[in-house]
Amino acid sequence: MLGLGAAAILMMAVCLQFGAERIGVGEIARILLHAAVGDRDAVLSESVGVIVLEIRLPRVLLGFLVGSCLAGVGVALQALLRNPLADPYVLGISSGAALGAAVAVLLGAGTSWLGAWTLPAFAFGGGLLAILLVYRIAVSYGRLPVHTLLLAGVILNAVFSALIMFITSLVSPAQSFAMLAWLMGTLNAPDHGALAILTAYLVVGGLVLLRQARVLDLLTLGEDGARSLGVEVESVKKTLFFTSALLTGAVVSQSGMIGFIGMVVPHAVRLVLGADHRLLLPASALVGGAFLVAADTLARTLLVPGEMPVGVITALVGGPFFLYLLMRKTAGLGV
Amino acid sequence: MNEQQSHETGACSAVGGTGNGVAYRVEGIWFRYNRGRREGENDWVLRDLELVVRPGQVVGVIGPNGSGKTSLLKILAKLLRPERGVVRLFGRDLAGMPQEAVARGVALVPQDSALAFPYTIAETVLMGRFPHHRRSGLAGFGWEAPDDLRHAEAAMQALDVGHLADRLISDVSGGERQRAIIARALTQQPQVLLLDEPTAFLDLHHQVDICRIVRRLSEERGLTILLASHDLNLASQYCDRLVLLTEGRIARTGTPEEVLRPEVLCEAYRCEVLIDRHPESGLPRVTLPGRLQDGQRMAAS
Repeated sequence: MLGLGAAAILMMAVCLQFGAERIGVGEIARILLHAAVGDRDAVLSESVGVIVLEIRLPRVLLGFLVGSCLAGVGVALQALLRNPLADPYVLGISSGAALGAAVAVLLGAGTSWLGAWTLPAFAFGGGLLAILLVYRIAVSYGRLPVHTLLLAGVILNAVFSALIMFITSLVSPAQSFAMLAWLMGTLNAPDHGALAILTAYLVVGGLVLLRQARVLDLLTLGEDGARSLGVEVESVKKTLFFTSALLTGAVVSQSGMIGFIGMVVPHAVRLVLGADHRLLLPASALVGGAFLVAADTLARTLLVPGEMPVGVITALVGGPFFLYLLMRKTAGLGV
Repeated sequence: MNEQQSHETGACSAVGGTGNGVAYRVEGIWFRYNRGRREGENDWVLRDLELVVRPGQVVGVIGPNGSGKTSLLKILAKLLRPERGVVRLFGRDLAGMPQEAVARGVALVPQDSALAFPYTIAETVLMGRFPHHRRSGLAGFGWEAPDDLRHAEAAMQALDVGHLADRLISDVSGGERQRAIIARALTQQPQVLLLDEPTAFLDLHHQVDICRIVRRLSEERGLTILLASHDLNLASQYCDRLVLLTEGRIARTGTPEEVLRPEVLCEAYRCEVLIDRHPESGLPRVTLPGRLQDGQRMAAS
């Protein structure tokens, strides 16, 4: 776990180098050290200092937070739904959160001083609605076949997307363009306030999830299985729904819909470390963060001087992987 | 049997008569799925069920499909709640106990275990320690203490799955998997073990294996064991008492000799059966009617 943490930090350091212009490791180390020791203003007087501290560092940090949260929520949903293909994006929870955020923008929340807090709150509401719908569908079929759950996600996605499109046609063209770019998933450099607020949402949510790690192990046995081993299933479920929606909402309101990390990363980590959620959850968070930082670095640098939404990269990596898992699952286990 | 009568004759349907130590006392429970719907006579899965289980007994719950066996076991483990009536576990009302406390007293081995994720046998068995974990402070993150590992190890030795500790539970045979799940149940350190169809899907060798384990656990550890089974012969050989359920009511309770009688089974299962003696144990042996039964009967008469 320490190794993974070190690797994640290393990944962030490596990714700080790349951008429209390459900045050497020594240079970055010097800038960070100076800024940390307190000579911040002097560092910001150089253009390199501004690029590293004001543009790249917040973006890399944001990428790490978003990636680790999506992976963490993926782990929780997979245990809760007993389905290794579950993911906030695939199941429509991200688009529910996006709908919530779009409603907030429509109501003008983005322009008020409350904006930075209310956008995640609305997104949380939308995400919670989606998660409850998905779970409702899952339990009403008892043990849910994999296809039914995915179909439910497809339908939810379609309905929420339609509503989001409806909202984009109500707002001004400029707003509508910004909305579409955001929907594709971007990690546009956040200001420090937004980053701090997001961190607050994510740290609290992450700790709550981490405390439920052992319970997640037991939930993979199904509700009755978990209950017979002493889990108060109803209250735990509420905590998990609430936390997953909160994390998804916070992430989506900042970065739009970045797909597949919640499914690809836990799956890969599970192959190496096994299914124990007390390891799987923190390890997936670290790997998910590092993975998104790397994907975002690609998104920033491949089309210099332009850039593409990071959601494009994760979907191009995650989509085929998802299909592969689905085919293997259908052929083999037939869950 | 109407409601009034069954209350008055509660002692008759008790397993084992009267005495001081009682593991389970089930008092007039009614249960149905989809509660809240308009009450219909056929909705009830269990109707006014009365049952007393003595500590240390192996009790077989038998009955046709849909007679309420699994529902009864789930109610005894507090996975389902009866709509009326009370279940007492060693004198305590189950409804008032936290799930954790129930799980320290009662372990359930379900009919089928989910295998959606790649847990090893050791990881699976360790899950049985959950009800003993503390929930506050650093302990709340759910890591095991050395004591937990010791209990899991002992349970795996007792069920002879120690050598499989690092194998994935999805990669071992059905019999080994069932033993691992029983080891997980023992790791809960329960006083009561509930087994739902423990021998279903197992071949003959593993059926006998599991039944011998059940007997051993009862004799060596004094565990109270209830097992639901379709296999009347295994129930006859390995249970001290039998409870025959039909349509959510107790049709008959008693020793295997008292319950496994042609007229009783014929009425419960709507199927003629032959009953003779097991050549080794002398206990009742149930045989299904053979193809030539009619002709043989005519010849005999």
